[in-house]
Amino acid sequence: MVSAKWGDILGANLDELYREVILDHSQNPRRMGRLPEPTHSLGLHNPTCGDKIAVDLKVEDGRVADYRFSGHGCSISMASASMLGDAVVGRPVAQATEVARGFVNFLTNPQSPETPPGDLEALGGVRKFPARVKCATLAHNALMEALAAHGVRAQPH
Amino acid sequence: MTSTSTATAPAWTEVAGAFPALRQTVNGHPLVYLDSAATSLKPTVVIDAVSEYYRDYPSNVHRSVHTLAGRATEAYEAARARVAGFVGARAENLVFTHGTTESVNLVAYGWARRHLKPGDEILLTPAEHHSNLVPWQQAARATGAHLVYAELTPEGRLTMAAVRAAFTPRTRVVAVAHVSNVLGTENPIRDVVELAHRQHAVVVVDGAQSVPHLPVSVAELGVDFFAFSGHKMCGPTGIGALYGRSDRLRETDPLLFGGEMIAEVDRERATWADVPYRFEGGTPNVAGAIGLGTAVGFLESVGMPRIAVHSRELAVEAAQRLAPLPGVTVYGPLADRQAVVAFNLAGVHPHDVAQVLDSQGIAVRAGHHCAQPLMETLAIQSSARASFYLYNTREDVDRLVDGLREVGRYFGR
Repeated sequence: MVSAKWGDILGANLDELYREVILDHSQNPRRMGRLPEPTHSLGLHNPTCGDKIAVDLKVEDGRVADYRFSGHGCSISMASASMLGDAVVGRPVAQATEVARGFVNFLTNPQSPETPPGDLEALGGVRKFPARVKCATLAHNALMEALAAHGVRAQPH
Repeated sequence: MTSTSTATAPAWTEVAGAFPALRQTVNGHPLVYLDSAATSLKPTVVIDAVSEYYRDYPSNVHRSVHTLAGRATEAYEAARARVAGFVGARAENLVFTHGTTESVNLVAYGWARRHLKPGDEILLTPAEHHSNLVPWQQAARATGAHLVYAELTPEGRLTMAAVRAAFTPRTRVVAVAHVSNVLGTENPIRDVVELAHRQHAVVVVDGAQSVPHLPVSVAELGVDFFAFSGHKMCGPTGIGALYGRSDRLRETDPLLFGGEMIAEVDRERATWADVPYRFEGGTPNVAGAIGLGTAVGFLESVGMPRIAVHSRELAVEAAQRLAPLPGVTVYGPLADRQAVVAFNLAGVHPHDVAQVLDSQGIAVRAGHHCAQPLMETLAIQSSARASFYLYNTREDVDRLVDGLREVGRYFGR
């Protein structure tokens, strides 16, 4: 009667989406705030809900020396932005970009072989909730765009 | 408005039974559909009317002489007459469009760009849906006109005092929603029209949230233009309408040029068909129009005055039961509201509210509801929104209230 892909057959379990570690990151976000002198900074909107997340980065000697995020969003977007900081600080720029790119691929490509580093793996449940992929990837897209832009480009809100 | 007497009108359970989408479970629970302000469910008669057109007489309209084409043309024009009659208009004043957005754009391009001059003012409210705002921003940019806002009361109402305060001798257009898609407030259109017409301003009304629920007569309201969408009133997506007063339609330029909309074409120039056909360039959405005509017949058989009371009672009950829950804010007035109830639960993002409700089979919208300036006025980013229609019941309100309690438990609020 009703298409099998959605609804019951999907069998999406809420607890798979809202893992304990995700709720913890969203309620106690790490590295939230602004950097006083970022080398890279970029804000992105989630047009479906109007949420905004801005990522500030300090790149020193080719490495991501510091990371902050600011803005507001749902538990998934906040947790993802919080987890991303731990996953990229200390890495060379190319690797940091790779973390973000790999995470987006992890969520959007079912054949993806990648396992995201650190707590980010806990967001795997988002794959069963396609409407939330935009939330989970907002900070990652901001980070990738910021690093690609070679400097402080857009002035986030 | 309706020819069916209440005595023969169907019971609400029978009405709900006409919507096949309700016969499903979502995440293990019977579906509670509370997102009709985004788009309504479709009754079987509408689905069948659309299928019948594609199956039995899928012909173009106003062109060929063969039998199927004749049947398609007749059904398309009958739908126009029926939809026009539904809003108290004549068929020749009703343009089929793809929806409210196209309808407003037709006015903002076809009428406003021809008539607005630098320094003229377009009066809006901060509660307008983006579809009744962005076209006016663009028209203002193109003509040098300015946008002026009539502010809302803290409760979210538009008063005539606010309209008068914002009105100036330069006001040429008043563009306002009939019913807010977030606050559920009904605006005083007749009074707005009276004021505007005294000052020779044109009134454009976004009726997307009113026509599905209220008996509407554009003639009684006296508006110049009135836009609405079919898919929010049990019709198919991709079909809607613009009502225009005859004189206003004649001073409106077409938006789409090409087939169907012309009278005569030579190598250098063309003349336009009469209104409303000159605004329907290209092959129209024949199936959509026929489906919308059928939807209108369905709504009339239930009875618009009954539907108005039903949607409103459910929304008021929901608003009054949600508001006292811990951490819950309901936007707009608690009593005297139309079918939408926007709300937030403190500390839980609306996306997360909607997700946990969905896990219980309850469909609500979460987001800015295409009304970002209003979100800014309310000092919020977004909200959840439950909206009610003729197939909803008091049990649906119970499920929503219980569901929101569960959201609070889930996130420990």
